[in-house]
Amino acid sequence: MLGYTITQWLFGIISFLSIMFALMVVFTRNPINSVLYLVLTFFCIAAHYLVLNAQFLAVVHIAVYAGAIMVLFLFVIMLMNLNQDSEPQKTMVSKLIAGIIGGLLLVVLVGVLKGTEQIQLSQSGHSEIGLVKNLGRVLFREYLFPFEIVSILLLSALVGAIMIGKKEIK
Amino acid sequence: MINGISINMYLMLSTILFTIGAVGVMARRNIIILFMCIELMLNAVNLLLVAFSVLHHDSAGQVFVFFVMAVAAAEVAVGLAILSMIYRNIKSIDSDLLRNLKN
Repeated sequence: MLGYTITQWLFGIISFLSIMFALMVVFTRNPINSVLYLVLTFFCIAAHYLVLNAQFLAVVHIAVYAGAIMVLFLFVIMLMNLNQDSEPQKTMVSKLIAGIIGGLLLVVLVGVLKGTEQIQLSQSGHSEIGLVKNLGRVLFREYLFPFEIVSILLLSALVGAIMIGKKEIK
Repeated sequence: MINGISINMYLMLSTILFTIGAVGVMARRNIIILFMCIELMLNAVNLLLVAFSVLHHDSAGQVFVFFVMAVAAAEVAVGLAILSMIYRNIKSIDSDLLRNLKN
């Protein structure tokens, strides 16, 4: 097929889809459509994880992002009853300036990264590093202390969200 | 499965996704969409972490992705709580209205 392997075709198609959906997130006017396009972008990124042989991470990504975080976003949008009419718009000038700054950022980053060495990814004999057995071993042996710190972070975020969201603090 | 793809393609893809997120933060005024664009930037970085972990045959990159996900979840929870508080007070989620500190 035109000199490309099936993996390269897969990578190209998924990359194209994820970039398209990410652009739709920014340029759609209705916030609910933005959230749904972001969910599609996350599914494309999960497909990228599968191509990279990180199966467990792909499952966790879908469960945490598409399952939990985006549902929270949808909840908030529907609670506030937002739609296209209540959507605040920036002026044309500031949108243009944002586009120019983003384009410059892209040009600089691509220019810096273009000259780097082309290293092919290969997995000869190392295809199991993304499996849960291997990840669990690394997580609970070498990164046990950061793991505990993350649990404290989540607990404090929970307490903070409840304290901020309360009607009035006595 | 990934033979034939170089790390540079992942670098370019992550750069493009990160730039789209940055443009979204600059070009939109709805605070919820700003949060979503921040999630997009975090995901671009996550993708690159996984790609480099595969390149170096090292699981540590994928463990860091877990930590980034946990921090993103905490950020969204607190951020949306603050957002609903703002909405309760000024009945709008326009980020340009929040300029009490300006004068």
